[in-house]
Amino acid sequence: MIIDVPRFVAAERPYWDELQKVLAQLEAEPERRLSLEEIERLHYLYERCSADLSRLDTFATEPHVRRSLESLVSRAYSIIHETRAPAKLRWKSTLFAFPRAFRRHPGAFRLAVGVTLLGCAFGWFALRVDPRNKAVLLPFSHLLIPPAERVKQEESAQQDRLKGMKASFAAELMTHNTQVTIMAMAFGLTFGVGTLILLFYNGVMLGAVVTDYVMGHQSLFLAGWLLPHGSIEIPAILLGGQAGFVLAGALIGWGDRTPRVERLRAVAADLVAIVVGAGVLLIWAGTVEAFVSQYHQPVIPYGLKIAFGLCELVALSFFLGWAGRE
Amino acid sequence: MTNGRGTSLTIETPEGVEFSYDLASPVTRALAWIIDLAAIGVLTKGTDKFCEWLAHLNRDWANGLAVILYFVISIGYGIVLEWRWRGQTLGKRVLGLRVVDAQGLRLQLSQVILRNLLRLVDMLPLAYLVGGFSSFCSRNCQRLGDLAAGTIVARERTLPAADVEELAPAKYNSLAAFPHLTARLRGMVNPESVNIAVEAVSRRDGYQPLARVALFHELADYFRTLAQFPEAASEGLTDEQYVRSVLRVVYGRSGSSR
Repeated sequence: MIIDVPRFVAAERPYWDELQKVLAQLEAEPERRLSLEEIERLHYLYERCSADLSRLDTFATEPHVRRSLESLVSRAYSIIHETRAPAKLRWKSTLFAFPRAFRRHPGAFRLAVGVTLLGCAFGWFALRVDPRNKAVLLPFSHLLIPPAERVKQEESAQQDRLKGMKASFAAELMTHNTQVTIMAMAFGLTFGVGTLILLFYNGVMLGAVVTDYVMGHQSLFLAGWLLPHGSIEIPAILLGGQAGFVLAGALIGWGDRTPRVERLRAVAADLVAIVVGAGVLLIWAGTVEAFVSQYHQPVIPYGLKIAFGLCELVALSFFLGWAGRE
Repeated sequence: MTNGRGTSLTIETPEGVEFSYDLASPVTRALAWIIDLAAIGVLTKGTDKFCEWLAHLNRDWANGLAVILYFVISIGYGIVLEWRWRGQTLGKRVLGLRVVDAQGLRLQLSQVILRNLLRLVDMLPLAYLVGGFSSFCSRNCQRLGDLAAGTIVARERTLPAADVEELAPAKYNSLAAFPHLTARLRGMVNPESVNIAVEAVSRRDGYQPLARVALFHELADYFRTLAQFPEAASEGLTDEQYVRSVLRVVYGRSGSSR
């Protein structure tokens, strides 16, 4: 027990001030590497201040001293006991963090693909059963006209209908799709139910559009229209779904005895890498959709658009499957 | 590691020392968010003005840029500021709040990004209903984004040290004549009650006279139960003087016994 608090404070304050100075330096320069002597000194100061805090606990009448010392110890603790490497924005590790995070969770991606395909099958079934369901399943007016009629309009267009609005159209697409991808991840918080519904609904729309154009014998137009941007946009939304299922998996923790907090902590960096990576993909997809996908034969031949879309898909597959492998 | 319930989060270090964070209430956080919302409004207004000027060169590109900047500012505002200002946005800075790691460790960039991206769910269906409900129900006042990112929002401790000379300037302290009782008082009193007494003394002029008398009476009664000084020690002392004498005792500077 401390009998004379003012004397105790006077004796220990130089150590508290020294620790305060070291912490301020480290907080201002998080990437600074300390020498062995500096580390030993920091550890000594931390232990000394911890002991002082512990001694003050037995003498509870100096709340202000205790609080400032508590704040000092908590700051030192966060530096000394942190085992995660500080974020370093180096282009190579940042670039490869995305495919590496993707490859760490193959099951979640397969689940996202499966749910979307199930939605596609439902869309196909609903349209096959009754083509009038199109009005319910497809909320976009330009998709409600018969495919053959739309193809005729697009191929015989004399003027550029997106003239003077391509950039703003691309921006709308980028922001909207990025929001959908973030939502697909964020809905993982509903134990995956929200992610599942969002992916299924996306699949239903995709399945209905494909069925409509295939049944209307406009498969070539469909491939030329969808592949240039869809080969990136659809996988990006699937990646958002993958992140959502990873988050849901960490929340539920099937057969995993690790505490929930630890499970969430373990996947946090991967979730961010996947969603940020998908966001970057969607910037490209939005640009392609506004500047390439909306132009059809004879302006851009379908063969060229399909080849372009397939090349993108192959490049994306290689990037996600092999980039950054060690 | 131990979790407090409701108002603070206590962390026990491997060295066996405990420290705690005061948790920010959902109401304080909502106020900080309103300030942040205003800051985002000002920023987007500024970028809109810039894009309006840019529209003289190319209207399409200016519109596209405005859409992207609005999106980037609304999502990136929290991420950039919380990362650069170590857990604070403008609103949090004004209200003395800070985002910290729930285990007391260093706040990571991935945690900052995740809690801000998940804000989209917390804001549903409108006006942060999901996040607010989660904060009220959660043990550590965490919205869903905080739960997933492993963060909490804590109140910063910026209490200035109490000036005992100003709060309890009495030259003579009759309680000091009984060192065994003052030692007992120091050992029994808890930091919360001392804090209340310090606050009561420093704000005494702001209270209504009757409320002030009642407050000091209650405090003096409480301190009397901790250590029972002889009548001679408190004879002629008002309740307020008694409380001031107690403060001098607990801060270790008892003054003269006469």
